[in-house]
Amino acid sequence: MKVLVTGIAGKQGRIVAELLLGTGHEVCGIDRRPWYDAPRGLSLHRADIRKRAAEDVFRAFRPAAVIHMATVTHITTRSSEDRYRINLNGTRAVFDHCHNYGVRRAIFVGRHTYYGAAPDSTLYHREDDPPMAVTTFPELADLVAADLYAGSALWRFTDLATAVLRMCYTLGPDRQGTLAAFLRGPRVPTVLGFDPLFQFMHERDTARAIVTALTGDFRGVYNVAGPDPVPLSLLIRATGRTPLPVPEPLFRLAVGRFGLPLLPRGAVEHIKYPVVIDASAFRTATGFEHQFDADQTMDAFRSG
Amino acid sequence: MEGRASRSSLIRRFGEFDRGSVSAMKWLISDEMLERTERLDIPFSRHGIDPYGIKTTDVALMMTVFSWLYRHYFAVAVAGLDHVPSRGRAMLVGNHSGGWAVDGMMVMASVFLGKEPPRLAQGMTDRFINRLPFASLYSSRTGNFTGTPDNAVKLLDDERLLLVFPEGARGTAKLYGERDTLVDFGTGFMRLALQTRTPIVPFAFMGGGDAIPTITNLYWLGRLFGVPYIPVTPYLVPIPRPVPLEIYYGEAMFFDGTGNEEDRIVMGHVDRVKERIDAMIRDGQVRRRARARRRVGDHGDDGSASPGRNNNEEMR
Repeated sequence: MKVLVTGIAGKQGRIVAELLLGTGHEVCGIDRRPWYDAPRGLSLHRADIRKRAAEDVFRAFRPAAVIHMATVTHITTRSSEDRYRINLNGTRAVFDHCHNYGVRRAIFVGRHTYYGAAPDSTLYHREDDPPMAVTTFPELADLVAADLYAGSALWRFTDLATAVLRMCYTLGPDRQGTLAAFLRGPRVPTVLGFDPLFQFMHERDTARAIVTALTGDFRGVYNVAGPDPVPLSLLIRATGRTPLPVPEPLFRLAVGRFGLPLLPRGAVEHIKYPVVIDASAFRTATGFEHQFDADQTMDAFRSG
Repeated sequence: MEGRASRSSLIRRFGEFDRGSVSAMKWLISDEMLERTERLDIPFSRHGIDPYGIKTTDVALMMTVFSWLYRHYFAVAVAGLDHVPSRGRAMLVGNHSGGWAVDGMMVMASVFLGKEPPRLAQGMTDRFINRLPFASLYSSRTGNFTGTPDNAVKLLDDERLLLVFPEGARGTAKLYGERDTLVDFGTGFMRLALQTRTPIVPFAFMGGGDAIPTITNLYWLGRLFGVPYIPVTPYLVPIPRPVPLEIYYGEAMFFDGTGNEEDRIVMGHVDRVKERIDAMIRDGQVRRRARARRRVGDHGDDGSASPGRNNNEEMR
């Protein structure tokens, strides 16, 4: 199948691209960033998905399926306005092109943080739970909006089989992603008196789940997760780090200093309370099974 | 207390990463409680953690403390434990009293110590618990989650045993004179029971109001600490007194329905549970007075209900 991957030069995009090539797909990628040692057989286009050059790729390549991974998730690196433009206008452009150029399948790769973390949020969110992240973590509002916008393709473009995947955190030897950035240093700050469950899966399992969603006439909104969640303290220790419990009033002052990672304001709730999703619908619909358990995933990150 | 589990045996059992927040108190954990925890019908991982984050060492530590309170400090007498199912979903529904949830703790201890195999009653907590540091952590590590309908349905679908006080925080706010009365019951528990076809095991908890005789509740002080209120006793602090407590479990009640019935119908079911609990409290008052009289008559040699044991026969 001809598959177009947006955001292909990101670490997760590269793993997905290699997996697609390995399973015999014809792969084309769009990214603003370079990928110097891209595998042979991959056609790569340096372009912004919001610009005409990206539309030209749709026009010339005529993909049967599109995997949209070109969302900005790093919160500290850009202004929120810039992020908003990329995440919302980019998602809009991708779905418009899919519709205009006869794409049959579209996969939006979203985040489980959509559900937000709050004292009264439930464990094991199902897909119909509301996106509380808008209030608990306002910095994520653009990702929530992009998720909902992508989901609207299900009724706006009925010819396009759209799947919105809300993936839990990714962890692995590449050490990329939101959770890896949080675990980067030797000391990881936690909020004293709180130890939420964290749900993550191996980066290879994440890529396999995305590719699995390409098969059949699979459509809808699905949570995607791997092994059972573990407490944050265990995750920190098992990845060779040391937890540094900080009383909440001091927490905001301490982050970004003393070698600790810089976190946006809303992230504090996500270090106090869990975001845990129920991924049984995805497993039932696709037969997906994760290959790496929590220990193997944490080991892979630790020694990666 | 019973023999302690050595630190090395804990590490051997739960792996090198279990140096969590209870590590400082781990020497307290009794072998008996650890052994009972491991026999719970809960799928613990290699790290001793279940899919909801319940942790074996935290449960064992909690039960080590509760069991001492249960057997020695309060000398809790329990009747009707046979009505609590040995496996599968069920909801323990009873009356609240006594300033804060001493009753919940002793009910948890009664099914953990009295049932074979032991069972973990998982309390559905008030929302404020999860906002408090440490309270949030320990309540969730021991299986007590915020009482949202979604949490309850998920746990019942996983065949867990839930502990519900339909009176909520208004129940523990009862003053001494109101200790054996019931305030309004919420209907949420009944809708959940109908929806998930869960048997309701009613229970009456006696003596909570004697343990913490509340004379007034300071709501403004509570707000300062992020709790609904702070109970005040004649000796000021709400530390429970070592009085005898009793728990009576009644026959399981089954209700047919879907959980989508009109309020009127659900209220009718709720009233039946409430009436049953009320009747059990009245019976309990009579037996409690008799137990106290015997204790006085026997000069402290309480023959009616030996502490911490299942006195089914004796107390019927």
